[in-house]
Amino acid sequence: MTFKYDFDWPMLLEDPYKEWIIEGVTTTIYLSLLAWVIALTIGIIIGTIRMTRSPWLRFIGTAYVEFFRNIPLLVQLFVWFFVFPLMLPNDWMLSWNRLPHIPFITALLALSLFTAARVAEHIRSGISSIPKGQFDAARSSGLTEVQIYRYVIIPYAFRVMIPTIASEFLTIFKNSALTLTIGVSEITSSAKAIEAWSFHGIEAYSVASVTYMTTTATVVLFMGWLEHRLRIPGLIAKK
Amino acid sequence: MDWSVIATHLPFLMKGLWMSVKLATLVVIFAFPLACLIAVGRISSRSWIRYPSAIFVNTMRSNPLILIVFWFFFLVPIIIGRPVGDFASVMIGFIVFFSAYFTEIIRSGIQSVGRNQIQAGLSTGLTYFQTMRMIVLPQALRNMMPALITECVIVFQGTTIAYVVGLREFLNSTFLITEITLRPAELYTFAAIVYFVVCFAGSSLARQMEKRKVRT
Repeated sequence: MTFKYDFDWPMLLEDPYKEWIIEGVTTTIYLSLLAWVIALTIGIIIGTIRMTRSPWLRFIGTAYVEFFRNIPLLVQLFVWFFVFPLMLPNDWMLSWNRLPHIPFITALLALSLFTAARVAEHIRSGISSIPKGQFDAARSSGLTEVQIYRYVIIPYAFRVMIPTIASEFLTIFKNSALTLTIGVSEITSSAKAIEAWSFHGIEAYSVASVTYMTTTATVVLFMGWLEHRLRIPGLIAKK
Repeated sequence: MDWSVIATHLPFLMKGLWMSVKLATLVVIFAFPLACLIAVGRISSRSWIRYPSAIFVNTMRSNPLILIVFWFFFLVPIIIGRPVGDFASVMIGFIVFFSAYFTEIIRSGIQSVGRNQIQAGLSTGLTYFQTMRMIVLPQALRNMMPALITECVIVFQGTTIAYVVGLREFLNSTFLITEITLRPAELYTFAAIVYFVVCFAGSSLARQMEKRKVRT
């Protein structure tokens, strides 16, 4: 067993590697934040319609979740990237192909729809954890079905679900690495490119790993603090 | 749409699917025992065992699988000193990565068994290991079964990532055929359907077990 390797950390600060790293980090953060916001919005809608009384809405919600959860994200990315444009009517396809940053838009679409299914599941289990009395109280005070969810259940469920929502951001953050396969220049692809150019894989991949790990640590700490601040008295135990 | 392209290349695609299944199976077979060890380390009372286990698990869980695969693809040949082949590098990366996730499932499974069960076991004169083997682990295993099956589905979905290093699993085979035939619509739709059927079967099984667990 021989370990021969020449370390060269300063090279990471040289051109063009420095630019690649900056671009990679920015793209990763930008893509994951946007996808997270979209995923939360869609996920809340899907998760809520799965709890309604209408069997049709419930079926649509369940079908959405099962569909997006049981196909690997990488396959979904490929379908959105290679197949989806072909399915569009001709003139739409032309305008789609004229869009700038198609890989980025495709990645955003795929990541947010995929994560929305996971968010929907969390929303549903969050809502199921709410005592039935809350629904009864809201209904007896004369709120409509939509109002019950809008003003009572969702704000309540949201606070219960802060930890899972935070972990979904981290999931998106890590999953965004897959988008390198369709040509998004996020941090893992920058690391891969640096490795290919310089053969200094350890330095290159360390940059990417450090990016993911510091972000994870930051989000975990921040969410712990937020969870503590927003806790519902009597529901979440004091630390 | 011309679906005959799938029929023509079906043997090649199925070889790819077999590779995916083989990879996923081997990963689960090796990652599970490794995870059992790390899980015991994670709940150990000795801090020099507990901290390294926790660091390992958290490091793996905060990195994307694709990056871990790149790490191992690059590092394994350097450490061993000679090329080991795509399959071995990818498999080692997958085993290390997924053992961290299995560890957390096993740990919460063990912790779901009440402390008084252990005390009861010990007070009937069983040794610590007998208590673990005959009282804690059977219950823990039943509690964590749904989560374990879900994780196996995730491992199977994860095998698609071997695509990036050119291992000829199902997605990569599909990709190669699209390069030849230029029919991405049919082929990727087919791949999506196949993955869906396999994973849906797995997650339905997990859901069934979850229901049964609640009932008992």
